[in-house]
Amino acid sequence: MAESPKIKMDEKMKEIMTGYYIEAKTASETGKKVAWITSGGPVEPLIAMDVIPVYPENHGAMIGASKMGGDLCERAEAMGYSGDLCSYARSDIASAVIEGGPIGGLPKPDMLVACNNICGTVMKWYEVLARFYNVPLFIFDTPMCHTEYREESKRYVKRQVLEYIAFLETVCKKKFDYDVMAEVGRRSIQAQQLWQAVLDTAMARPSPMTAFDGFYHLALIVTLRGTQIAVEYYKDLLKEMEERVSRGTGAVPNEKYRLMWDNLPIWYRLKWLSRKFAAHNACLVADTYNTAWCRSLRYIHSEDFLDSMAEGYTRMYLNIGIDQMADTIIEMVQKYKADGLVMHSNRSCKPYSFGQFDIARMVRERAGIPCLMIESHMVDERSFSESQTETRIDAFMEMISSTPH
Amino acid sequence: MNELSLFIQAAAHPDECAARIQNQGKKIIGYLCSYTPEEIIHAAGAHPVRLFGTGETILNADRHLQSYCCSLARGVLENAVSGRLDFLDGAVFPHTCDTIQRLSDIWRLNTDFGFFADVVLPVKFDTESARDYLREVLEKFKEELERWLNITITDQSLGRSFEIYNTIRKKLTELYELKSENPELISGRDLAAVVKGTMIMERDSLPDHLGRLIAEIKSGLYTRSDTGKKKRLILSGSICDHPDFYELLEKSGGIVVGDDLCTGERFFEGEIEQTGSPMKAISRRYAERTICPAKHVSERARGEALIKKVKDRNAQGVIFLFVKFCDPHAFDYPYIKEMLEKESIPGIMIEVEDQLPPEGQLKTRFETFIHML
Repeated sequence: MAESPKIKMDEKMKEIMTGYYIEAKTASETGKKVAWITSGGPVEPLIAMDVIPVYPENHGAMIGASKMGGDLCERAEAMGYSGDLCSYARSDIASAVIEGGPIGGLPKPDMLVACNNICGTVMKWYEVLARFYNVPLFIFDTPMCHTEYREESKRYVKRQVLEYIAFLETVCKKKFDYDVMAEVGRRSIQAQQLWQAVLDTAMARPSPMTAFDGFYHLALIVTLRGTQIAVEYYKDLLKEMEERVSRGTGAVPNEKYRLMWDNLPIWYRLKWLSRKFAAHNACLVADTYNTAWCRSLRYIHSEDFLDSMAEGYTRMYLNIGIDQMADTIIEMVQKYKADGLVMHSNRSCKPYSFGQFDIARMVRERAGIPCLMIESHMVDERSFSESQTETRIDAFMEMISSTPH
Repeated sequence: MNELSLFIQAAAHPDECAARIQNQGKKIIGYLCSYTPEEIIHAAGAHPVRLFGTGETILNADRHLQSYCCSLARGVLENAVSGRLDFLDGAVFPHTCDTIQRLSDIWRLNTDFGFFADVVLPVKFDTESARDYLREVLEKFKEELERWLNITITDQSLGRSFEIYNTIRKKLTELYELKSENPELISGRDLAAVVKGTMIMERDSLPDHLGRLIAEIKSGLYTRSDTGKKKRLILSGSICDHPDFYELLEKSGGIVVGDDLCTGERFFEGEIEQTGSPMKAISRRYAERTICPAKHVSERARGEALIKKVKDRNAQGVIFLFVKFCDPHAFDYPYIKEMLEKESIPGIMIEVEDQLPPEGQLKTRFETFIHML
């Protein structure tokens, strides 16, 4: 089987992320404050205050990718945390206590910012961290938009934006600069637009990248949106992808089938899954996870970033009803011309996974494509059954290949 | 028929009880969370009924919820889609946890009982903006009920509902005090049935029923003969819909003298003030009562409240009763356990699904724990 071509920007990503973690780990020497924040949280005000944002979820992904999740999760269980809890939370909490994991634990936070637009788990997780580190916790509460973004939610979230700024002013002991904020907002929007453009290159046949490539290159839109670094990076990545499209270079050498992925990655099995699907000449061309960091572009504007960000963050992909999630998937199936949907039923993420059966039904009925469900805990490799997953993928691909295209 | 048997019957057959009330012309609204503004439903002339898991095999809910979903959500959905909740005219879903949020979506798309409402409460109660938002959300819920029933819910009718609920809550508090002071007066199993009954029975007459029940209890009508010295315990968790649990515990030499349960004291704790805006009054009670772990007021509020309760009730230990796959409780367990240990208060954790663990196994765990105290 021909190997997938390597993305040149992989190296650049490694370099930026290494620099970023070195800066964060030496923050106490440079006098910069460190805030731990959830992946869907409003990071832009932190960037505007020159606070270094650190992401326990990105840490969780690194733990998973380096296959240290099982061990750390086990340690968390010895501390009394149930094995049924989110494996990001379990492995991050354990790594905080024992200063373990791939980078010897994250730099100690000066403050914590938990936004529940992705789950209620982050609130409980950050309460654990607040007790452990004894630092202030800001809970940014984004009421779920089951069917709509209601007026009262709008008022509440907007008031919290101001409270968040006041919180930052207190912790950082300096005034918030609204001009800097406007600039950060513009850069955040620009990075999100570029990220969307990168993902859009996958509309090409063959697709220049897979969703699995996206999971790797996603790191900056999560951690550094609002900075010029992210903008420049995605400009270069977009260029590389566009060049691939113009040369007709596919991420999967003999792309024949196009699939969509739902839910977080199975971090410790990315390569294995990638090869598995490539062996079937199938390319994962789109997914709901990578897209979550640019889907809110429709709500945010650079001329009133802070105000519109309230709506953008509240209407995050996971903070909406499952019927809207199904609509989003069906739109993407059509946009990226997917032949099937692979759903990761993720024991670590209940709000992402409960409702998948209903979503699968809607997708089958309305988009007319088959759906495959594979189960795991996203960074706890002890939960993964290779043979069962393999059998299911093979059967699924057989079904797809026997359907006329 | 004595008063107690009314409660026991309602608790054992909620569907029959609800159907009788429905026959009197009342709309039945189901709910799963102790933050449900029952008072508003009552003031609308409708009847709130709490929903519990199923004792039946999960067949149809498997088409909607994975096996790693808690038995409460799976059980309630199983009952709903299998036609066992056809007495409902609607349901309301306050923001609880991730699982109940998704259950609400699945419910909205797969059932058709008539009324449906999400009451997306704030997750924190410690800021002014959250309390203001809470008030507005309750106001919206009131308007939704008004539209559905084509009525106006007046401040007067809300005031009357507050009075009834305050009386019910006061009487349940009195019952718990009686039990704590004289555990032999009523068994844990019966007391649990009384509390569950108050989530199902017609509310207007509950104050009278509870009043007479308390008189009967005081007169010794239900006094137990097995009054051997028992260890005093606090039960902490989400729901306990297992009458056998209490009986087995008492047989093993323990007795529950207080709880931190969504189907116990958290459900009836605190009163609603009769002054000022009614919605503000309801939100004040929510902000002041002991929180559910899916809500936030401070990082250690639940641990502090539990320790205070252990001391106030002169209890010797804590039993954590968790429903498997309940994340909010599972996240709090390690720190609360640690806080208890610092106070030298022993605790054990028991995890259940729809059914209790086998009797022998549970009894051994109870006995081992109780001997240690």
